[in-house]
Amino acid sequence: MKRPNPVKTFLIELGDLFYFIGRFFRELMSRPFEFKELLRQAYIMGNRSIVLVGVTGFILGLVFTLQSRPTLAEFGAQSWMPSMVSISIIREIGPVIIALVAAGKISSGIGAEIGSMRVTEQIDAMEVSGTNPFKYLVVTRIMATTLMVPLLIIFGDAVALIGSALVEYIKGNVSFQLYFNQAFIALSFSDIIPATIKSFFFGFAIGLVGSFKGYNCKNGTVGVGEASNSAVVFTSLLLFLIDFIAVFLTDIFT
Amino acid sequence: MEAQKEIVIEIKDLYKSFGQNRVLNGFNMTIYKGDSIVLLGKSGSGKSVMIKCLVGLMQPDSGSIKIMGDDPTKLSQKELNLLRSKIGFLFQGSALYDSMTVRENLEFPLRIHPELLAQKETRVKQALESVGLLDAIDLMPSELSGGMKRRIALARAIMLRPKIIIYDEPTTGLDPITSKEITLLIQRIQKEYDATSLIISHDIDFAKAIASRIIMLIDGINYASGTALELEKSTDPKIKAFFKQT
Ligand SMILES: Nc1ncnc2c1ncn2[C@@H]1O[C@H](COP(=O)(O)OP(=O)(O)O)[C@@H](O)[C@H]1O
Ligand SMILES: [Mg+2]
Repeated sequence: MKRPNPVKTFLIELGDLFYFIGRFFRELMSRPFEFKELLRQAYIMGNRSIVLVGVTGFILGLVFTLQSRPTLAEFGAQSWMPSMVSISIIREIGPVIIALVAAGKISSGIGAEIGSMRVTEQIDAMEVSGTNPFKYLVVTRIMATTLMVPLLIIFGDAVALIGSALVEYIKGNVSFQLYFNQAFIALSFSDIIPATIKSFFFGFAIGLVGSFKGYNCKNGTVGVGEASNSAVVFTSLLLFLIDFIAVFLTDIFT
Repeated sequence: MEAQKEIVIEIKDLYKSFGQNRVLNGFNMTIYKGDSIVLLGKSGSGKSVMIKCLVGLMQPDSGSIKIMGDDPTKLSQKELNLLRSKIGFLFQGSALYDSMTVRENLEFPLRIHPELLAQKETRVKQALESVGLLDAIDLMPSELSGGMKRRIALARAIMLRPKIIIYDEPTTGLDPITSKEITLLIQRIQKEYDATSLIISHDIDFAKAIASRIIMLIDGINYASGTALELEKSTDPKIKAFFKQT
C-alpha cells in the first residue's frame, strides 16, 4: 500500500477536529441535555484526579521554594519569597503543570474509554437505542473537563502554596499567617483573571482531544492504545499553544 | 402464497464502498413477516456493513431500503428512532456498556420511551427471564462470561419487544456447547416474541438449524438463496465452499 502523505494526513485530521468542535457546539445547544451524565462524569474526574493533583501541587510548591531560596538569599531577598512564589504559581506554573497532569490522567482516560466503546460497537448500540452518543458521551465529557480542570487547578495551586509555606516555615521561620498575608497582597486581579480564563480553555482542550481521538478510533484494540496515547501527546502540545496565546494576549492587554 | 405474505424488509440494488474497497455491489434481499433468514458470507464479505446500512448506522452509496414501509436513509432523526425501536439489534461482540450494570444496560433502550417508565422494572425482569439470567441483574459486564454477555445483549435487544430482530454473528467466538444454547435461545425468542429474524453467520451448521431460508452474500451480491437442502445440492464451487467437505 502507498504510504499516506503526512502533511495531508495532518490537514485532514485538523479539518476533522474543527468539524468535531462545530458539532460539539451544535449539539450542546440542542435539547435534551444529558445533565445527569455530566454530573456523573464531573464527579468521576474530580474523584480520580484529586490525589494526583494534590501530590503534584504539593511537590511543585516544595521544590520551587527550595530551589529559589539560595538565589533569593544571595541578594538578601528572602522576604520576597511568598509574593514571588504565589505570582508565578498562580499565573503560570500551577495551571500548566496541573493541566499537563490532567492531560495524562483524564485525556488519555477519555481517549481509551470512548475508543474502546467505538471499537466494541457500544457507540453504535447507543445510536440504535435512540440515544445520541455524541451528546451522551462527548458533550458531557467536554463540559465536565471544562468545569473540573479549573477547579483542580485552583486546588493544586492552593496545595502548592501550602507546600511552599511549609518550606518557608521550616527553613526561614516564616509563620503561615505571614506567608499567606504576603502571598495574597502580591496578587492582583490581573494575575488571577487571565489564569482562570486560561484554565477553562485548558479544560476544554483536555476533554476535546480525548473525546476526538476516542470517537474517531479505528483498527480494533490497537487503535484504542493509539487513541489514548495520541490524546496525551496532542493535548499537551495544544496546552502549550493555548498557554502561549494566553500569555501573548495578556501581555497586550495589561 | 408468496403474494399474501407481508414484506418486512426490502433491499434493492444496494451499493457501498470504502475508497477502492467495493463491499456491496448491488445487493438485493426481501424478507417476509415471520421469516427466519440466515445471511451467510465469509468474514469480511460485507455482512455487517449491509445490516448497518439497514438500521441507518451507515449510509449506502446508492440503492433503496424499505423496512416496514420506511426508508431509514430518508427519515428525520425522530422518525428513525421510532423505526429503530421496532428493531432489536444484537451486535457482533455483544456491545454491552462496560460502565453500566446489567440492569442499566437493559434500561438504556427505554430512555427515549417515557411512556414505558412505569413498566421499567417488570420489563427488565421479563427480558432477563427470557434469557435465563435473572440472577445477573446487578452484575457488571466484566463479571460475565462470553456466553452470558451474549444472552444479556439479547435481553437488551428485546427490551422494546421488537417486530424484527437482527443478530450479527450471535454464535461466533463461543464454544460449541454455549453456541448451541444460544441457538436454542434464539429459536425460543423467535416463537415467544413472534418476530421476524435476520441472522448473520458464517456457520453452515448453525444456518441449517435455524434458517427458514438462507441468503448467501458473495462478491457483494445476493449470490444464491434457498433452503439448506437446496443449496447443498449446488455444484457451484463458491456455494460448495460453505459446506463441509465430505
Ligand atoms: N467503517 C469502515 N471503514 C472502512 N472500511 C470498512 C468499514 N467497515 C467495514 N469496512 C470494510 O468492509 C468490508 C466488510 O466488512 P464487514 O461488513 O465488517 O465484514 P463481515 O462480513 O465480516 O461482517 C471489510 O473489508 C472491511 O474492511
Ligand atoms: Mg461482521
